[in-house]
Amino acid sequence: MSPEKLGQMANQIATFFESQPGDQARAVADHINANWAPAMRAQFLDGASEQALHPLVKAALPEIRRPA
Amino acid sequence: MKDFIIPIKDKGTPAKSGAPVCLTIDGMSITVPEGTSVMRAAAEAGISVPKLCATDMLEAYGSCRLCMVEIEGMRGTPASCTTPVREGMVVKTQTDQLGRLRRGVMELYISDHPLDCLTCAANGDCELQDMAGAVGLRDVRYAAGENHFETRAAEVENPRYIAKDVSNPYFSYDPAKCIVCMRCVRACEEVQGTFALTVEGRGFDARIATGTNDFLNSDCVSCGACVQACPTATLQEKSVEEIGMPERAVVTTCAYCGVGCNFEAQMRGDQLVRMVPWKEGKANRGHSCVKGRFAWGYANHEDRILNPMIRDAITDPWREVSWDEALEFAAKGIKRAQAKHGKDSVGVITSSRCTNEETFLVQKLARAVMGTNNTDTCARVCHSPTGYGLKQTFGTSAGTQDFDSVEQVDCAVVIGANPTDGHPVFASRLRKRLRQGASLIVIDPRRIDLLETPHMGEGLHLPLRPGTNVAVLTALAHVIVTEELFDEAFIRARCDWDEWSDYAEFAADPAHSPEAVADLTGVPAETLRQAARSYASAPNGAIYYGLGVTEHSQGSTTVIAIANLAMMTGNIGRPGVGVNPLRGQNNVQGSCDMGSFPHELPGYRHVSDDGARAMFETEWNTTLDPEPGLRIPNMLDAAVSGDFKALYVQGEDILQSDPDTRHVAAGLAAMDCVIVHDLFLNETARYAHVFLPGSTFLEKDGTFTNAERRINPVRRVMAPKAGLADWEVTQALANALGADWNYTHPSQVMDEIARTTPSFAGVTYDLIDAQGSIQWPCNAAHPEGSPVMHVDGFVRGKGRFIRTAYIATEERTGPRFPLLLTTGRILSQYNVGAQTRRTENSVWHGEDLLEMHPHDAETRGIVDGNWVRLASRAGETSLRVTLTDRVSPGVVYTTFHHPDTQANVVTTDNSDWATNCPEYKVTAVQVALSNGPSNWQELYEAQSVLTRQIEPAQ
Repeated sequence: MSPEKLGQMANQIATFFESQPGDQARAVADHINANWAPAMRAQFLDGASEQALHPLVKAALPEIRRPA
Repeated sequence: MKDFIIPIKDKGTPAKSGAPVCLTIDGMSITVPEGTSVMRAAAEAGISVPKLCATDMLEAYGSCRLCMVEIEGMRGTPASCTTPVREGMVVKTQTDQLGRLRRGVMELYISDHPLDCLTCAANGDCELQDMAGAVGLRDVRYAAGENHFETRAAEVENPRYIAKDVSNPYFSYDPAKCIVCMRCVRACEEVQGTFALTVEGRGFDARIATGTNDFLNSDCVSCGACVQACPTATLQEKSVEEIGMPERAVVTTCAYCGVGCNFEAQMRGDQLVRMVPWKEGKANRGHSCVKGRFAWGYANHEDRILNPMIRDAITDPWREVSWDEALEFAAKGIKRAQAKHGKDSVGVITSSRCTNEETFLVQKLARAVMGTNNTDTCARVCHSPTGYGLKQTFGTSAGTQDFDSVEQVDCAVVIGANPTDGHPVFASRLRKRLRQGASLIVIDPRRIDLLETPHMGEGLHLPLRPGTNVAVLTALAHVIVTEELFDEAFIRARCDWDEWSDYAEFAADPAHSPEAVADLTGVPAETLRQAARSYASAPNGAIYYGLGVTEHSQGSTTVIAIANLAMMTGNIGRPGVGVNPLRGQNNVQGSCDMGSFPHELPGYRHVSDDGARAMFETEWNTTLDPEPGLRIPNMLDAAVSGDFKALYVQGEDILQSDPDTRHVAAGLAAMDCVIVHDLFLNETARYAHVFLPGSTFLEKDGTFTNAERRINPVRRVMAPKAGLADWEVTQALANALGADWNYTHPSQVMDEIARTTPSFAGVTYDLIDAQGSIQWPCNAAHPEGSPVMHVDGFVRGKGRFIRTAYIATEERTGPRFPLLLTTGRILSQYNVGAQTRRTENSVWHGEDLLEMHPHDAETRGIVDGNWVRLASRAGETSLRVTLTDRVSPGVVYTTFHHPDTQANVVTTDNSDWATNCPEYKVTAVQVALSNGPSNWQELYEAQSVLTRQIEPAQ
C-alpha cells in the first residue's frame, strides 16, 4: 500500500482525536492497532519518516504495534 | 414442502385497544376492547358477517350495506362495520329480515357486474362471488338496463363502458368489474399514503380514477396495496391473469431493502405466481412496495448464469465446466497465491444480499480455512460508521427500536435518508404517523418527497450543504445545551456524568452556535434552533438516518453526534424514540452481526479478544489470527502494490458499487484469481477467473436480519436453478481447500452461530417458525428477543458522550470543480440495479439522470434533457440532466443504478476517518454540455462485451 495513503489515513484519524479529552496519542495508536492489518502498520511505520504527519500521529508512532 | 400459512381470517375492521366491553352476538358472549366494531367482535367470536367494503387493513367505511345486523334497542339495521360495541349489547347477525335485505343488496350489485366468473382472473379468489354464495343469492330479477360492463348494447356503444387499463406492467385495472367499494382508494390513502386514487362522480356515476389517463402516468407508486384490497378482479396482478390462482403459499422475506418485509410467496407447483405482503409480518404489517411485491422477475431472467465457468486470463472467453472442476480451479488459485505471497495475500467479501448463514460461512472460510482475517462486506461502503459510532456510544452496533415504534413517535428526525424511495414501507408507516400529527424534521441537501406528505403537520427542512452534517448536529446539541432543553434525570441515571459535562462544555462553545455555522452549513440559524427545540421538547423524539450520514469523511463522527442527541434528550430505551439506522440492503445488519468485518468476530467481538477467539477456536478446532485483516479499500490498495492476489466475492459487485471505479478496476486486474459468486455476470465478473452461479432468495433456506435486528426467515420455494444453494457452494469451496464441513441444512449453521454468539444464544429455526421472527438479543435474559434495546441500561453500561468537532472534508469545491455532487436511490430501482434492471421496473427509470438547479443550468447554457459531462478530480462520465429546485444551487444529484452511467468513475477515494467507508455523498464536480457518452464509457462498453464472452459448447 502506498505510504502516502497510509499517512493520509493516520492524519485523518488524528484530526478526530485532537479534539478529544485524555491521552490523544494513545487513542490514535489504539485506533490504528485495532483496525489496521499488521502489513499496513508495518508499511506505515517503515515509511513514516518520509511522510508529512500530524503531530499527534508522530506522538503515537512509538505506541503503534509493529508486527512480529 | 412445509406450508407455513395458517389462513388468517379478515376480521373486517382494524384491532383497537381499550377497556374491555362485553356483549352478546347470536347468543354468544364475547369481550373485546372498547372502540371495536360489532363486525370485528363477531369475527372474534367466530361469526362471519357478510361484507364487501370492509377489510381489517382499513378503517370502516360503511358503503356496501351488506354487513347490516339487528341490535336490540336500536332502530333499523345498522352496519356492523361502523357501529362500535357497547356494554351489554345484544346483536343478531342472521335473521329472516337481514337475509332478505342482504339478498336485495347483492342483487343490485350483481345487476351491474359481468357474469363471466368462469373466465375471470379472480375466479376462486373473489369476495363478490363468495358473498353472493354467503347470502344465498339465487336469482337476479332486474332486466338488462344501464350498466358499466357491456361494451355495446342494442348496436350502440355503451357510453359508460371504460376499457381495461393495462398500462401498469404488473397489474391491470378493469372498470367493468368495479363495485366502487372504495377499498383501493382507502388503501392508497391509509396504508400507502400516496393519495393517487380518488372517486369521480356520485351514485351510479361513481368511478375510481387516478386523475390522469392511466395508472402508469398517475401518482401511483405500484405498491400493490390497492390490488391487495380489491375484492374483485378489478385490480388484478397480471401474473395471476397469465398463470392462474396459486395453490399454496410459503412465508418468506423480501430480498430487497433493509425494511425486511415478510411476504407470502404464492406458488403453483414450483412456479411463483405472486408475492403478497404477509399481514402478520412485524416489519411491514401487510404492506409492500413495488420492488418486493412485483419486481421478482429477475429470478427467472435469461441473463442468469446457471453453469460454473472458468478461464485462465480475463481476456479469454469463459469456459463452462462442472462444479467440481470450477471449485478445484478456484481452490488451486487461492492455494497458489498463499504459497507464493503468504496467507494474507487472499481474502473474501461477504454480501448483504445473502443470508446470515451464508455470510457466517464465508467469514468462517476466511478465518478458519484460509487462516486470514481478510474478510469484509459491502456494509463497508454503507453502514460501517454506524458500527463504529453506536458501539462507542451505546455499546453495540444496532438500531434501538422496532418499526412498530414509529406509531408512537411525536417528532421524527430524518437525516440523510430518503425513505419514500429507499425504504418505502417504513416511509408509509411514518407518513401514517405524520398524518396523525407527529412533526417532521428533515436534514438533507435535497427536498425529499417525505416533506410533500399530504395532510402532514409541521415539517421543517434543514437543507444543509453536503459534508456539513457534523456542524449541523453539533449546533443542534449547542441549542439543547445552552437553552437547557436536555433531560438531566436521564443523563444522571443512564450516562457517565463527567463525559456529559465535558460534552456539554464543548457543545456550548459559541463557535458551535447555529448563527456561527450558518454560513458554512447553509442552514438558517432560526430554522436550526426551531428544529432543536422541537426534537428536545417532543414527548417522543426518534431519529431515522441513512447513508447521507455514514458515507462521509466524518461518517462515524456524525453517528456519534446522533447518539449524543438521543442520549441528552432521554430519547432512548422505550417505544417511540431511539436511533434508527435505515439499512440499505436486506441483510446489512445481519452481515455485520455475522462477523464479516476484518477486525470483528461474529457478535462484534474484536479479534484480539482472547475469550471470543477461544470460543471459535474450540468450535472450529483451529487457531485464529488475533490481528485485524484488510478492509475492501485496503485489499484493493494491497492488490495494486502486488501484495494481494486472490479474492472470493459472494453476491456483491464491487466494480460498480465501490468508489473510484478506475482504482477498483486496477486492483482487480492486479489479482491472479478472482472468484465471483453471483446470479449474473456482473461488472466485477469482467475481472474474474472463476464464476460460480448463485441462487436467489427463492431457492434457499436461511435468515435475513433487517434494520430493526429482526431475524426473518427465508424459505426455499423452488430448487436452486444452478443445482446448489449459495451456502452449499461456500461449503464445497471450503472443502476443496481442505476443510471438512458437513452441514446438511442452514439451521445447523444457525445452531453454530447460537453456540458461539451470546446475543444469538436463544435463536433457533424452531423459535423463528413459532414466533414468525426474532429480534436479537435473544438469550436467557430475553428469551423471545428484544423489540427495544437499552431499556434499563446501555449495553456498554453507561451511555458515553463523545466530542464531535467538525472537520471539513478534503474534497473541496474550487474554480475547476465548483459544484457538489451527492448520490442516492430511486423507488423503482435498487442498488446497482442487477435485480431491478432485469424487471419491468425499468419503465419508471430507464437511465440515471443528473438533477440540477435551473440557476446552475442557466449559467452553463444547459436545458432540461441535455447530455452533460460530469467531471471530478477522479474521472468523468456523461449522462442526461433534469432540472429541479429540489436541489439547492451549487448541488447536483444522481442515482447509480445503471452500469453505463458509471457514476462511481467520478467519486473519489476519500473515506471515513474511522472505518474507510467511502465518501460517496460529497464530490466536487463540474458540469458542462456534451455530445453523448464519454470515451471511457464507450471503451468500457466495448471491453464489457469482450470480457463477457462464453465459449460455445463443444
